[in-house]
Amino acid sequence: MAYSAEKLNEEKVFKDPVHRYIHVRDRVIWDLIGTKEFQRLRRIKQLGTTYLTFHGAEHSRFNHSLGVYEIVRRISDDVFLGRPEWDEEDRILTLCAALLHDLGHGPFSHSFEKVFDLDHEHYTRAIILGDTEVHHVLTRVSADFPQKVADVIAKTSKNKLVVSLISSQIDADRMDYLQRDAYFTGVSYGHFDMERILRVMRPREDQVVIKQSGMHAVEDYIMSRYQMYWQVYFHPVTRSAEVILTKILHRAKDLHEQKYKFKYDPIHFYSLFNGEITLEDYIKLDEAIILYYFQMWQEEDDPILKDLCCRFMDRNLYKYVEFDPAKEYKKLAELSVLFKKAGMDPEYYLVVDSSSDLPYDFYRPGEEEERLPIHLLLKNGDIRELSRESEIVDAISGKRRTDHKLYFPADFIADDSKKQNIKKQIKMLLEIE
Amino acid sequence: MLKDHAKLMHAIAVSEEIVGRKKLQKMIYIAKNIAFPFQERFQFHFYGPYSEELTLRVEELCNMGFLNEVKEKKGGYYQYRYTLTETGKEFLGINAVDMPSLQECLLDMNGQNARFLELVSTVLYFNDLPKEEVKEKVFTLKSKQRYTGEEVEQAYQYIENLREKAGLH
Repeated sequence: MAYSAEKLNEEKVFKDPVHRYIHVRDRVIWDLIGTKEFQRLRRIKQLGTTYLTFHGAEHSRFNHSLGVYEIVRRISDDVFLGRPEWDEEDRILTLCAALLHDLGHGPFSHSFEKVFDLDHEHYTRAIILGDTEVHHVLTRVSADFPQKVADVIAKTSKNKLVVSLISSQIDADRMDYLQRDAYFTGVSYGHFDMERILRVMRPREDQVVIKQSGMHAVEDYIMSRYQMYWQVYFHPVTRSAEVILTKILHRAKDLHEQKYKFKYDPIHFYSLFNGEITLEDYIKLDEAIILYYFQMWQEEDDPILKDLCCRFMDRNLYKYVEFDPAKEYKKLAELSVLFKKAGMDPEYYLVVDSSSDLPYDFYRPGEEEERLPIHLLLKNGDIRELSRESEIVDAISGKRRTDHKLYFPADFIADDSKKQNIKKQIKMLLEIE
Repeated sequence: MLKDHAKLMHAIAVSEEIVGRKKLQKMIYIAKNIAFPFQERFQFHFYGPYSEELTLRVEELCNMGFLNEVKEKKGGYYQYRYTLTETGKEFLGINAVDMPSLQECLLDMNGQNARFLELVSTVLYFNDLPKEEVKEKVFTLKSKQRYTGEEVEQAYQYIENLREKAGLH
């Protein structure tokens, strides 16, 4: 029997708080889950630093990847089964791509990618195509199968229907993470009727479409995305933690460039600092490694690195004020000068954080072919973009809300023992007194 | 601070006006891919390389009053025009961006249509592949655009010319 069709003697199940059970019957899926590259995802949190705001948010990319796989399995085995537009031959490709779609994420990937100019999609591809356990499992399906899986995940596959199941504006990835992140953070947003959405999904040549009768369930899903973005993903306290994390990485990199002698040799960072990271080095990185260095760097001589690491580990985060760049950019320049005079390097201690720094995709109706929108399948067989039928979606996909905050260490500024006059001026400009 | 915003404003300022979001996306992608240090990250989407960060940043600049966005109906769809406002020019005057040769490249791209820039950006996206494979990608992934082999060759030539303009040769 072909490896791709091989079934386990007995179905394996993983208990899961979102989907109740994750069902595995295919040998290839079971083997992929057992690879070291997939197991590594257990050591990378799905929501990065969000656990510092919502203490329950300790779930991993491993949990989420299994969840995406389970949703796609249900679509292919229940919803699409027997439909003429769905090719059963694509089933195992879709399941593998769903399971592996986040394989290249590194620890705290948002900040890491920014500072070290990395791209997790590049590493997903590299792990699938490189000399890895995952690659060897996929090659057992066929020699060109790893490439096919990588192309689906990179959205460069000619099989657009399969791509749209994994990555589109209504896909298994978003449906899993919204529910999972809501569950683990404990918020009441993020819930929607996934069962209903799955029932009204229909395969078409280029993408999944939604039967018009399911429009209200999709509206609920779009609203969940909107609320989760502002309430969880873009929470100002999480942004503060991200700001500090990013600054730690910047500082360590700057110190390395200045030939600073670290007390604790950051061997795992050297290839990152030098921009020569190999796949082998990358796979070794996980959050345990990174937090180890943050722990040790609290004892460094460099006062900035030491302070930033203490802040991160002890959750002594920066405070913030609302910031209007258009009206206040001159004030920002003044603050920058005052921070320097007060002995606080503004590069590390005065940070503007904007909504565009954490790109999270709002629903886009694709007016100028920016992104493929959600299409409704009308009763007469026509296809129509969602916001043209739904007033709710039209309302929230129109005028965009954007947001900017100015982050700073309030405790430093409050300490009047030194540079009292300058700090007084800072407080006045920040309007915190 | 706001350096990435300033770079985008600079790009729009030197282009004088950019008509169409798709065109804006492709121009920044091509500029970044060729030589210029834009920070926005792009992924391949249904219509080619696309950056959600760029979309958000443009929205922020409009909300700040630094960019002027005019929405106009063109045929069956909407199109957007972007220019810098007076406040935007003032901001850029204080936060100057130094990207020599950018203007020459962007003005050239601005003179091309969005369809051709979509092809150029797709060719650049697959630049690591041999030319024949790139052609295959273009013909299968962009089948609805019906690009010809000749147009793909023109895209390669165009990229070379841009690199020269950017001072890479």
